Amino acid sequence: MPIKFPFSRRREVTSDAWTKCPTCESQIFNRQLERNLRVCPTCGHHFRMGIGERIELLLDEHSFVERDAGLESGDPLGFHDQKPYVDRLEAARVKTGLREAAVWGIGSIDGQRVAIGLFDFRFMGGSMGSVVGEKLARCFEAALVERIPAIVVSASGGARMQEGTLSLLQLAKTTAPLGRLDAAGIPFISVLTDPTTGGVLASFASLGDVILAEPKALIGFAGARVASGTVGEELPEGFQSAESLLEHGFVDAIVPRAELRTTLSRLLRLLPAAPAEDGWQAGADTRAWGPIGVLSGFAERLGTAVSETIGIEVEKPPTDDTAGPRERVREDER
Amino acid sequence: MTEITLSASPPSPEAIDSAWRRVQLARHPQRPRTLDLAALIFDDFAEMHGDRSFRDDPAIVGGPALLDGRPVMLIGHQKGKDTESNIVRNFGSPHPEGFRKAQRLMRLADKLGIPLITFLDTAGAFPGPAAEERGQAEAIASSIKLMTGLQVPIVVVIVGEGGSGGALAIGVGDEVLALENATYSVISPEGCAAILWRAPEAAPTAAAAMRMTAADQLELGIVDAIIPEPGEGAHADHGAAAREIKQAVLASLGRITRLETEAMLTTRYARLRGIGLVREAQAPSQAGLQEPSLRRRIGRLLRLPGIPRRPRWSEIWPSGDDGTDNSEEGA
Repeated sequence: MPIKFPFSRRREVTSDAWTKCPTCESQIFNRQLERNLRVCPTCGHHFRMGIGERIELLLDEHSFVERDAGLESGDPLGFHDQKPYVDRLEAARVKTGLREAAVWGIGSIDGQRVAIGLFDFRFMGGSMGSVVGEKLARCFEAALVERIPAIVVSASGGARMQEGTLSLLQLAKTTAPLGRLDAAGIPFISVLTDPTTGGVLASFASLGDVILAEPKALIGFAGARVASGTVGEELPEGFQSAESLLEHGFVDAIVPRAELRTTLSRLLRLLPAAPAEDGWQAGADTRAWGPIGVLSGFAERLGTAVSETIGIEVEKPPTDDTAGPRERVREDER
Repeated sequence: MTEITLSASPPSPEAIDSAWRRVQLARHPQRPRTLDLAALIFDDFAEMHGDRSFRDDPAIVGGPALLDGRPVMLIGHQKGKDTESNIVRNFGSPHPEGFRKAQRLMRLADKLGIPLITFLDTAGAFPGPAAEERGQAEAIASSIKLMTGLQVPIVVVIVGEGGSGGALAIGVGDEVLALENATYSVISPEGCAAILWRAPEAAPTAAAAMRMTAADQLELGIVDAIIPEPGEGAHADHGAAAREIKQAVLASLGRITRLETEAMLTTRYARLRGIGLVREAQAPSQAGLQEPSLRRRIGRLLRLPGIPRRPRWSEIWPSGDDGTDNSEEGA
């Protein structure tokens, strides 16, 4: 082992200050890379981006407020491969400074409020387990309640194997709210970045009203390894690229990173949420809606601590008369 | 969900053995397939073909059927019996057009208001380039989304392998039943072993670690009930297996149809939303983690707004009768 002198910085400098572009192999000075939105100035290769950088890129300054930051994964299966799942989680937390592979919150783009979810691929490959699924479902539900558009910027290898079928069912958990967004007339924009594969692509990410992708991003159902292993044939080059998806009609546009914010802003203006009738308010009491009302009365009998989790103000239900709120809404309808 | 966190340890040799035996049974070549069961369970079954867009995928079969004299829609994966039929059926691994055929039949069931019954038996959706080109991921995603909103009862039966997204694409239901020797997993044990163990021969270990047997899935709350299999397994006696399945499906439909449509959809939504282990840290200062109570989880769902009524178009686009805004447009 070479002796390391604290003063000899030459080695450090060469490894830390420069990044080699995997496409054109040019050496890029890191600060230049940051300034250029992590895009290679020579060939335009889009490097992966962290959640913080992505928020700075897309949202108005200081507009982002994270929701449900405290959600953490458990180990429902007691999963142990080469390493216990809990150790892998801990290592990912230390490496990324994040609690989980996805973050969601409310922010604005040119003053237009959106509910936005973002992935970080560095956290266990951006894989979707119970917590990531929960965060996205809550993101969509917040969009529904507040009647603001939803945006998700995906970067994920797919469902998280360490949580077994609980991860698989997150595909359904994150997809179910989208049907409600359809019925309520709320737009959802899906942004696919490098890489978006597996269960994330096979659920909400493919179901955007508008789907955008970053140039050359790897986007596909089966990871290339799985595909070539199963099919046993050489796969054509670039068959899982953003460009290929555009050609086959599964992506609306390929947007270079520098234009992503303005594109989103434009789309938000072009595709506003459907107007709702006057009587309807964001976060209004929902118990007028069919049998949900009955169940809701049941929930109230169970207790009142029901409102804080999606972070919106909800009126406190009356303590004794569960029929009260329903009666009130019926009056509104008349 | 109850507290199901276990202390993590590698699966024991006995657990590996037992899990792998189940996987073998779920993949047994003589296991009854969807079309075998269709003939044994239903009074009548008319198979429909094609996705009306590209082609017919023989890896998924479906069509209207009569269950005890009442119409239902049946959709299931179809594996072959021998090499030749397996090539035709692509070993039960659907292409996108298979899922789109399923969606077409689901919409028909929805239109006519007849319950949907699905049989899951696939190693997974086919991952080849042709499937990618035609949007495998989109086909699965839109199928899942469609099922979450279908206004008819859905009973899902895992009869063999429940392989990942290809199974879930027709596997979202009000009740999910599993045959005793069926399996359900997020990835094939071979795939999991290749990625996490970097050794395909670790597949039995991966099978045990993923807890993919029907009994495990029941414990995790993914499966609602287990259908017993005769003797050595369903492959030994198709007739007996079919009788058990029929009985279980009828019982399940009886439970679901007690609910009104809106309540059924709310319950289906709540069921999906409740899946998974999520812990909520109280505050950054408090290290203690707490699982949100069931009460809070139910409450969260019920606080979602209903569907607002849209305003009349005349309010959004006032007609030119008052002769103000649209004069510049000309004729």
